[in-house]
Amino acid sequence: MRARTLPHSRLRSGGGTRIARTTRKTVVIAAVAALGAGLLAGCADDGKDEDDTSSGSGGGKTKITLGLFGTAGFEESGLYKEYEKLHPDIDIQQTVVERNENYYPALLNHLTTGSGLQDIQMVEVGNIAEIVGTQSDKLLDLSKYGKKDDYLPWKWQQGTTSGGQTVALGTDVGPMAICYRKDLFEKAGLPTDRAEVGKLWAGSWDKLVETGNKYKAKAPKGTTFLDSPGGLLQAILSSEKDRFYDSSGEVIYKTNPAVKNAFDLTAKAAKDGLVGNQTQFQPAWDTTIANSKFAAMSCPPWMLGYIKGKSKPEAAGKWEIAQAPKSGNWGGSFLSVPKNGKNAEEAAKLAAWLTAPEQQAKLFAVQGSFPSTPAAYDSDAVKNAKNDMTGDAPIGTIFAEAAKNIPVQTIGPKDQIIQQGLTDNGVILVAQGKSAGEAWKNAVKTIDNALDK
Amino acid sequence: MPTRHDAAAPPVKGGAAPARPPAESASEERRRARLSRRWQRDVRWSPYAFVSPFFLLFVAFGLFPLLYTGWASLHAVELTAPTDMSWVGLRNFTRIFDDEFFWNAAKNTLIIGIISTVPQLMMALGIAHILNYKLRASTFYRVVMLAPYATSIAAATLVFVLLFGRDYGMINWFLGLFGMDQVDWQNGTWYSKIAVSTVVIWRWTGYNALIYLAAMQAIPQDLYESAALDGASRWKQFLHVTLPSLRPTILFTCVVSTIGASQLFAEPLLFDANKGASGGSQHQFQTLGLYLYEQGWVNQHLGRASAIAWTMFLILIVVGIINYVISRRLRASS
Repeated sequence: MRARTLPHSRLRSGGGTRIARTTRKTVVIAAVAALGAGLLAGCADDGKDEDDTSSGSGGGKTKITLGLFGTAGFEESGLYKEYEKLHPDIDIQQTVVERNENYYPALLNHLTTGSGLQDIQMVEVGNIAEIVGTQSDKLLDLSKYGKKDDYLPWKWQQGTTSGGQTVALGTDVGPMAICYRKDLFEKAGLPTDRAEVGKLWAGSWDKLVETGNKYKAKAPKGTTFLDSPGGLLQAILSSEKDRFYDSSGEVIYKTNPAVKNAFDLTAKAAKDGLVGNQTQFQPAWDTTIANSKFAAMSCPPWMLGYIKGKSKPEAAGKWEIAQAPKSGNWGGSFLSVPKNGKNAEEAAKLAAWLTAPEQQAKLFAVQGSFPSTPAAYDSDAVKNAKNDMTGDAPIGTIFAEAAKNIPVQTIGPKDQIIQQGLTDNGVILVAQGKSAGEAWKNAVKTIDNALDK
Repeated sequence: MPTRHDAAAPPVKGGAAPARPPAESASEERRRARLSRRWQRDVRWSPYAFVSPFFLLFVAFGLFPLLYTGWASLHAVELTAPTDMSWVGLRNFTRIFDDEFFWNAAKNTLIIGIISTVPQLMMALGIAHILNYKLRASTFYRVVMLAPYATSIAAATLVFVLLFGRDYGMINWFLGLFGMDQVDWQNGTWYSKIAVSTVVIWRWTGYNALIYLAAMQAIPQDLYESAALDGASRWKQFLHVTLPSLRPTILFTCVVSTIGASQLFAEPLLFDANKGASGGSQHQFQTLGLYLYEQGWVNQHLGRASAIAWTMFLILIVVGIINYVISRRLRASS
């Protein structure tokens, strides 16, 4: 077949005029070149293109883009509009990725290649140590844009390098309290007043677990004291000053007695059936919220929003909130500004404005993200804050109290991996019937493999 | 006005031999030679230009990543600083020998591969056989069969996660009707593998059935008629006419399914999305693809992930050779 078509094509290809042939050849070369160029362009630094569009569109306005994850709520609380009104030459746009585990690897990739970055990038607290430790040379020093005294000292510290550059400004924090069901506590013969409940376990996590035993003795059928082993472990660990790293940056989670104690206490609670056999944020766990299957849970401000989203309407007002045995932080984010953005200066100003006390107070009112700026705690938005789930409880005051007692925690780049290993490859196994020793071994094996370069 | 030198010359009136115009100048001669060289070059090189787009793309997105991965696998590289490589030689490969997570993942891949592929292909064969009879609304059945294939893996897996839920899942509710205990589908060593395989089977059975059906319809009817004349039952016809005729198709689906099984990723990733890429609390359904992803993107060890990728590649080559040998044996025996 092939042999026969060749002379034929030869006939035809020779048949054209010289001009025609040249034209066709040009077309071929042009096509190849275009494809090749397209390929190269695909791999090339696309920062330039973005800069062009950002200055070109919006009728000469400066466009500032934000890369966010989850529900940051800046847009929802009208902060962009307000800023645009204050600065008519600024045009703000955001792109949002729903889950941080999808957002963060991409952000790292963009930072290391210096392309595809937004003018402002959000960073979760679990990743902030890694970003500050390894990417700070690519980020703008924001210390002259944000006011250090505005922020909680530990929050400011987390965004600051060892060399003293502040490359990330704190947005929200997650001061933790304990949310509990008044109706279930009452049925189990426990007090329901938040001050009395707080006294039950003030100062010691062991007392919380003891209270769990009391609850269990008279518990309404089918309910557990706490929601999940992961939630309890998270709560205990977040109140410890030293967890997985020491101040010199060494991994110490295996030898740190605080970590082992937290693990063992959680394992004991799991063994005794005080916690639900659930993994947090799984659909089945959501259902235990809806069906009122547990009496209490560790509860940063954003958790109230989550509870509200998963509860049946009749659960409104049945929750109450008390101080945790020890204050800790769970969650929260930062804003950072990559140096190579064309509008880095304008972006830094916006980042500082978005994280200033007044704006954080507004964000709290709409979104429930708790301010990292103590000045906001005296604002009406925080002082008078209430939540449908907790009725009249002055949640703003309670969380503000907790926020002030949070220890300055030593954080490290792989905190998230270690925490997840201890939770998902550790304490949950005890809830499933394994021994605490087996669970610890499984967790350590997983974590060590994950940390080993 | 250029003339067509390369075309066959028109027959000259009254002459047998194709005559050339007698007075052809030397410059005309040179021009002819030049043109001839030109189109010779054209014919020789243009095909390469025509096929080049694919190969350029392949080099950029296939070959280069392959080689770069090989290079990266010889280094300790972290995702936080991909240009900062430090040479470690073959350490990333040698450590795989006593990396229990790798072998656990390899074992899981193999087990899930077998318990998803074997039932899937057998069921597909059966379904195709049934659909091969004259049925009312056969197009309807064929479309229905292919419908799972048209859904997205992610959506299907997320729905299956709900169905397989321990406390509120429909499957446990159904089993409960027969007095069975709640099954912890996500945490059981075997249950989780079976559940993941179910998603795979659900999605691919119809696709394979359609391929078998197409092949079955190409089997000449006379074979069945003569078999029937010889007194062969339906079952015998299936065994001795249908199956042998389908042999190349079955081989094809086996190869495709093997490749698919070795790459299994999205189903186990989403089967317990909260535990990330660890494939369950005891890695009970972590496949090789998932382990590779975990090392590269969760733990950020690009060097180790690259070594895993290359080891997977080598394992696949071995599997491919075994496949080839078996298929040659089969062909020789037929």
